Amino acid sequence: MHELSIAENIIEIVKETLASSGGGKLRSVKVRLGELAGVVPDSLDFCFTAITKGTPMEEAKLEIERTAIIAHCTGCGKDSTVEGLIFKCPLCESVNVGVISGNELQVVEIEIDGLERN
Amino acid sequence: MAIVTIERKVLQKNDELAEQNRELFKKSGTFVINLVSSPGSGKTSILEKTLESLKGKVKVAVIEGDVQTDLDAQRVAKFGVPVVQIVTNGGCHLEAKLVQDALSNIELNGVNLLVIENVGNLVCPAGYDLGEAMKVVIASTTEGDDKPLKYPAMFRNASVLIINKIDLLPYVNCDLAELKKNALQINNNLTVFETSCTTSYGIKEWSEWLLAKT
Ligand SMILES: Nc1nc2c(ncn2[C@@H]2O[C@H](COP(=O)(O)OP(=O)(O)OP(=O)(O)O)[C@@H](O)[C@H]2O)c(=O)[nH]1
Ligand SMILES: [Mg+2]
Ligand SMILES: [Zn+2]
Repeated sequence: MHELSIAENIIEIVKETLASSGGGKLRSVKVRLGELAGVVPDSLDFCFTAITKGTPMEEAKLEIERTAIIAHCTGCGKDSTVEGLIFKCPLCESVNVGVISGNELQVVEIEIDGLERN
Repeated sequence: MAIVTIERKVLQKNDELAEQNRELFKKSGTFVINLVSSPGSGKTSILEKTLESLKGKVKVAVIEGDVQTDLDAQRVAKFGVPVVQIVTNGGCHLEAKLVQDALSNIELNGVNLLVIENVGNLVCPAGYDLGEAMKVVIASTTEGDDKPLKYPAMFRNASVLIINKIDLLPYVNCDLAELKKNALQINNNLTVFETSCTTSYGIKEWSEWLLAKT
């Protein structure tokens, strides 16, 4: 259950951002989560809700954007989506592929109420 | 209403601390492995066998990570190597910060090999860099041959796969060829060893490979 610690890290980053942008009420947090990041979206959402409960962030929504696993083939130089966890280039069959997307675990942006953009 | 763009890694703090650890290891010339597996696959057993096999050849230190108890540290201490136990108190994985704290109790200078035994868990430790040179994942035959497909992140992030409890193959429903095929499908760069801690099968190959890395 490291989703709890992931949720805590997300909230830390949000707090820092809120502080440096002059406060306001958090409406939502957008997170990018790769299919290979080993984080279960539902658990993350559950943990986020649980630890924001009773805090000023209570009503904030966690938006999770999933990213597919994309591999770069060193054989033919092309990128392709990894389907069914088969890490093999579908174009040239090479197994020498490097994951270029799918490990993401990032805070993308937050939406704040009661704050005018300056 | 305003949108503030952040674009920051959630585990950025951990990654930064891991880099600091990596610097320390570089300075002391210590090769560091992060030993990961499901609970009970044989991390401590393989470590014990490895310590036995490398005795007198290289200076080793150990960091043990467990949710509770220092039982594993006690097992390792019998081999006369410096060992620090991290108790995570419920935490399902080690983080770079915990390792950094543990390092204050180890004299790294002169240590050629540091083995970090992570908490038994095939999911959570995958995303946490500790500053190690490589992750070594252990899968035992009693867990079946589908684990790489169920826990792809761990197998993808590891450099070595040790298939342990080879002695139990006749009794369990595990197709060794299938297990290897599944693991290599996820990560073709895995170096694979087969071991048994009861018969010591394969321990020599693994230990010598590891020794060559230090
Ligand atoms: N038959 C057989 N049993 C083994 C082998 N390796 C380990 N075991 C047994 O498996 C059990 C678990 O081994 P450990 O070394 O404690 O496993 P671990 O991965 O360190 O466990 P945790 O730290 O609790 O996650 C023990 O009873 C070991 O004796 C092996 O190669 N063959
Ligand atoms: Mg153990
Ligand atoms: Zn290709």
